[in-house]
Amino acid sequence: MADDVRAATRTITISGRKVVGGRAAAEALVTRETISGWGGINERDGSIIELRHELVGQSFAGKVLVFPGAKGSSGWSAFFHMTRLNNVAPAAMIFTRMTTKVALGAVVTRVPAVTDCDVDPLDIIETGDWVEVDGDKGTVIVTKRMG
Amino acid sequence: MQLSDFEQALFDGVHGDAKARAMDLLVRYGEALGAERLVETNNVAGAFNASTPSIRQLAEEGFDSVYSKLNLDSDDTVEIPHVAVPTCQLITGIDNENWALQGVDAPLAKLQQESEKFLGKRGINLMCTCTPYQVGNVPVKGEHCAWMESSAVIYCNSVLGARTNVEGKESTGAAALTGRIPYWGYHLPENRFANRLIDVDIKVDDMADWGLLGYFIGLQVEEDIPALRGITHQPDMIKLKHFGAAAASSGGVELYHIPGITPEAGSLEQAFGPNRQPEPIRYTEVERRSTYERLQCATDRKVDFIMLGCPHNSIEQMALIAHLLEGKRIHRDVALWVHTPRAIRQVADRSGYTDIISGAGGVVMSDTCPSISRRLPKGVRVIATDSAKQAHYLPAITKVQGWYGSVGDCVDAAISGEWAGTL
Repeated sequence: MADDVRAATRTITISGRKVVGGRAAAEALVTRETISGWGGINERDGSIIELRHELVGQSFAGKVLVFPGAKGSSGWSAFFHMTRLNNVAPAAMIFTRMTTKVALGAVVTRVPAVTDCDVDPLDIIETGDWVEVDGDKGTVIVTKRMG
Repeated sequence: MQLSDFEQALFDGVHGDAKARAMDLLVRYGEALGAERLVETNNVAGAFNASTPSIRQLAEEGFDSVYSKLNLDSDDTVEIPHVAVPTCQLITGIDNENWALQGVDAPLAKLQQESEKFLGKRGINLMCTCTPYQVGNVPVKGEHCAWMESSAVIYCNSVLGARTNVEGKESTGAAALTGRIPYWGYHLPENRFANRLIDVDIKVDDMADWGLLGYFIGLQVEEDIPALRGITHQPDMIKLKHFGAAAASSGGVELYHIPGITPEAGSLEQAFGPNRQPEPIRYTEVERRSTYERLQCATDRKVDFIMLGCPHNSIEQMALIAHLLEGKRIHRDVALWVHTPRAIRQVADRSGYTDIISGAGGVVMSDTCPSISRRLPKGVRVIATDSAKQAHYLPAITKVQGWYGSVGDCVDAAISGEWAGTL
């Protein structure tokens, strides 16, 4: 990394609570809108299909999904479970509102997941930022996207 | 998480591998939630059936594998024992009689029936409906349940006063084998008080209106607990079934209170308990109209598919549809599917309603619905439905245009082939 680029890099550490352990690092995909599992995502490619969702057409496969939480059908966990079986799961999850849907979904997706953060991750993290998640420690290190 | 001696024994495998896997999942899930312990449940409603093409490959390994992987989140296949507590299958993917009309091939239809033999042998009651409370599974007030199906959960919590969170395929799979579920969320009495107030300023009377109100409230409160003020007409099961399904689709509402009507709210004060009453959200003619418009995602008035019965129809709804269709014939370019639980279908058959509906060119379907199965008649472009839930999901899932309206508007469209619904 060139020195001028390094200088422009800004890193922020967020502390939260473990939902699912493990570590992952990837680009963030961020939404302020809750996500439906069943009927809201395509479990074969990891894309959002809810027509009125701000991320419609975008895929969370391999991304750190930063979102408020789950909504809609109880098929939430089963559909995120299938994204794991189809290798299109998110790399990690960071969310702000705990529900049974998102908890069970994170557990069966088996990706590092963090909630109850000391700052609102939706205020800090933007799509394209590089995010390292340590589920066991409950820490999130955000490297802001340049430019 | 604190486990009882018995739960620890289940976890340690004293009672077999399957129950150990079930406890492992429940502990991982409970810890993710931040639950301190589990609670006993004697009423599980889940999704166990093998009814989708994606399950075929796994099913070749046997139904123990399907249950192990999809209902217990276990990498290994374990032998599935008889369920520990009363358990039912919710809505499934295939109508055991009308599978060919759904476009299901014979081997897949057979797979579901084989799966049902496996499940039935293990004590899972094959109700095959999103509305178990319409066909005999009616929990009592205060009963701890482990239910899936958002429209059933909101009914169970709000109208019956029983206690369940929205569970999933894996947690109900584990609950069925252990009779345990995390003691969290709506199982705790202190989490069941209202925190949002809705002032209903206009008359809400028929089923379509209750659907609109529910859809509006879900959008406004997301996962919060609304209390409704200003309801002047006594709602019945059909209206509350639709209202809840809509609120659980547009938001994530799992519990609401209507003071004087639902069992945990004798009054507005009781609904809010220790919570402060917030500023009310008003529902007026303006909100009613904008919600109606939001639910219409079609532009083409020529319809080719009418979907009735989401959540599954009661016998009274079947009677009404038969009455509206008596002596009529639906348009030749339109398919009409009417959905009701199989147990209710038997009453509809006997009462002559099925004959009237099929005589008019419609089909009475059970066990499934187009959103769950992702199956529509071939070539469908524009649908109409009397369900806010179906109008919300079906266009997203199947890429069709959707109209929402009253059952009368939908039946008229089935006959004319044109959508002429108005608010």
